[in-house]
Amino acid sequence: MNAPTTVAAAPATATTPRLRRVLHDRRLPVAATALLFLMMYGYGSYRYSFDAQVGPNLLVNNCYLVIAAVGVTFVILAGGIDLSVGSVIGFSGMLLAKLIVAYHVPAGVAALIVLAVGTAGGALMGGMVQVYKVPPFIATLTGLFLFRGLSLVLSKEAIPVDDAGVTQLAQYHVPLGGGTFLSVGALVALVTVAVAAYVLHLTRFGRQVYAIGGSEQSALLMGLPVGRTKVGVYAVSGFCSALAGLVFVLYIQSGDPLHAIGLELDAIAAVVIGGTLLTGGAGYVVGSLLGVLVLGLIKTIISAEGTLSSWWIKIFTGVLLLAFILLQRVIGVRGTNRA
Amino acid sequence: MAEVAPGTRPVLRMTGIGKRFGTVQALSEVDFRLLPGEIHALLGENGAGKSTLIKALTGVYDLDTGSVELDGTPVRVSNPHQAQRMGISTVYQEVNLCPNLTVAENIFLGRELTGPGGVIRWRKTRRVAAELLARFGLTLDVGARLGSYPLAVQQLVAIARAVEYRADGSATDRDGGSATKVLILDEPTSSLDRDEVRVLFSVMRRLRDEGVAIVFVSHFLDQIYEICDRMTILRNGRLVGEYRVADLDRVGLVRLMIGKELGGLEALAETDRPPVGDPVLRAEALGRRGGIAPFDLELHASEVVGLAGLLGSGRTELARLLFGADAGDSGRLAIAGEPVVLRGPHTAIARGVAFCSENRRAEGIIPDLTVRENIILAMQAARGWLRPVPRDRVDDLVARFIAALDIRPADPELRAGALSGGNQQKILLARWLITQPRLLILDEPTRGIDVGAKAEIQKLVAALAADGLAVLYISAELEEVLRLSRTIGVLRDRSLVARLDNGAEVTEEHIMRTIASGAHR
Ligand SMILES: Nc1ncnc2c1ncn2[C@@H]1O[C@H](COP(=O)(O)OP(=O)(O)OP(=O)(O)O)[C@@H](O)[C@H]1O
Ligand SMILES: [Mg+2]
Repeated sequence: MNAPTTVAAAPATATTPRLRRVLHDRRLPVAATALLFLMMYGYGSYRYSFDAQVGPNLLVNNCYLVIAAVGVTFVILAGGIDLSVGSVIGFSGMLLAKLIVAYHVPAGVAALIVLAVGTAGGALMGGMVQVYKVPPFIATLTGLFLFRGLSLVLSKEAIPVDDAGVTQLAQYHVPLGGGTFLSVGALVALVTVAVAAYVLHLTRFGRQVYAIGGSEQSALLMGLPVGRTKVGVYAVSGFCSALAGLVFVLYIQSGDPLHAIGLELDAIAAVVIGGTLLTGGAGYVVGSLLGVLVLGLIKTIISAEGTLSSWWIKIFTGVLLLAFILLQRVIGVRGTNRA
Repeated sequence: MAEVAPGTRPVLRMTGIGKRFGTVQALSEVDFRLLPGEIHALLGENGAGKSTLIKALTGVYDLDTGSVELDGTPVRVSNPHQAQRMGISTVYQEVNLCPNLTVAENIFLGRELTGPGGVIRWRKTRRVAAELLARFGLTLDVGARLGSYPLAVQQLVAIARAVEYRADGSATDRDGGSATKVLILDEPTSSLDRDEVRVLFSVMRRLRDEGVAIVFVSHFLDQIYEICDRMTILRNGRLVGEYRVADLDRVGLVRLMIGKELGGLEALAETDRPPVGDPVLRAEALGRRGGIAPFDLELHASEVVGLAGLLGSGRTELARLLFGADAGDSGRLAIAGEPVVLRGPHTAIARGVAFCSENRRAEGIIPDLTVRENIILAMQAARGWLRPVPRDRVDDLVARFIAALDIRPADPELRAGALSGGNQQKILLARWLITQPRLLILDEPTRGIDVGAKAEIQKLVAALAADGLAVLYISAELEEVLRLSRTIGVLRDRSLVARLDNGAEVTEEHIMRTIASGAHR
């Protein structure tokens, strides 16, 4: 046997100039979102002279959305979709409020119960998708109705949470210096993003999420535990929604059966603007954080403008979504393999 | 039947395997046994049931009937994950990896090298992946996305992945899995060139010597005789028999595979009339930076021009330029005497150029459409979607091509994805032939096609050329290029280095030497 000849193969694409390489970089969409955020922030500061707290407030006011978007990122990366997020958030808040107020369960225990219920609910929807091959859209739509209905079963009215511990936690400010601060919820959101990034990039489960999103058939034939991972992804989303529900209660100190209606759409929009491919397999959770911040910034700028009606928020969000989906198309087309 | 030395217990024994898809009985009553430390060929025509047997073994499909024993204990495998944990490692026929992940990730997916707390150690992963690929003679950027590499490289990565399953015992054991006992390779060599095949074989021999039992599927008989110890032959989903390779010669093997004597391997009609008239296609200094250096090429009616060259030599890139799939950045192109700038495949198609891609899964077959719809696709596209081809004409044409190419099962209403790999390739060929092109570019048209059908396709190409079609024939198999072409273009390092007029003095040797030396003319 002769020594094996060496086949040095360059990626079919790396042979072309640097620009192409940049266009192929999977991090490009996230970088674009970051740049967009900075530009908008710069514009806002210049035009409306933002004070120092505007930045932290983006996180403080949208912390629940960040958390929900993290869960949705997992699902979308694996090639699925989760429409139940808003309902699970609303239900979680109601369940927490009901447990504390009506059954006098200690707040900590109640929170754990809520997280467990949210996770189980997510896993259940994952099970529908995996075992009964219900399309994710339908399975989570079921969840959307079910959990909203359950919240109304718990109570038709909002339940104020007047637990001393909760109030204390809600009012606790983490100083950032210069008179700025973060809320506990914002901190929780940041930790969630960090943990999610860790899970996605440094654990087997995380890599399997990407693999399944890339090609479920291949992942199966490669001998990956596809079923377990898919159920896991929905469970993660359920957990995140429940956590977002808890943080939401902290934010407004009550549970309301009509809270967070349609929030799943904001979360999905944030994920897409954050550069995650809607078809799965590519994206970063940090992008989703940036996506939420961009959405928050649109709101801030439009309300600072004062003369624009709030519908402009929706319009800008729509335009941005379109722009990012088009960007994905461009990158997707260039990134396709050629033999 | 070959006798198994007494006392050797098969590592794997499958008995009475049956599998049915709708109306197609893909397997019935198939027995299969595999001894430790052997390389066992699984043979049969396209659609004989080889891949189905493999998928039934590894839990992709449920068994209708039959049982499986691994190391003497009955097992039930319900998914590939389980198969892998039992020590059965498989490379399926179509490359099945995740193109969106990096090369290194693909190799280690599912058994990542982790440190304390289950944290993946990326640096180590990349290092080990690079080392592993080096054993296959590959130096790649393991941090690049797999999808950015050509198919052959992906194929090698898939093989490396399957082989690695045992190479790093530490990664497997923690998962409770066992080291690989059985390695299954379903047509691993179909997109490889000789050098890669050689490397693969040396790896296979090493594994065999270490006691791994290997199942090897290939339509290249030379390869079977080179590397295998025993073989099992299937025909129409049934077991024909199990033989020692040494006991059965090629003629006998082919007869058992196709159930009759093989005709059609006799010399093809000579097509050495000198080309007349204007060339159908003329490229002058056509090139594309990073793809292929500027080249001159002429193709005449009734002429088959072969392209030979190693993997990555630019064979496919050249073809893609002529078809407008990539845009050239230098030179000129004329089709039928008229200068053209190809702005995309549609401009080429409109001028009568057809291109049959080597990458049938990504660029070819649409698995969810029927065989008929797949065949009619290019013709319909050429007419525009507003002028549907009349249905009875479609049925007639489709039936003719199914018969001509012997596509099996001969049912135009089946889902194309349900056909065996080789039959899918024939569908692609039919799709382009039906458009009645002036110039047909065939990129590896016989990859994965069985001996009988391969001879049929070669005959067909020769006949089409005799009828006036110009053909550009790209193949990794020199023998095939030699047999068919009047002129042979030799490629090396992404440039066309020589053009040989086929004649008695041009042999495989000669071409290999030209490829190696890159001599001009
Ligand atoms: N998923 C499926 N659904 C329906 N029919 C199928 C499916 N997979 C295979 N078949 C049928 O089963 C038969 C055996 O196919 P198989 O893929 O095992 O052939 P093969 O021996 O591997 O052929 P090749 O050499 O072309 O790869 C064929 O008739 C094929 O059409
Ligand atoms: Mg097959």
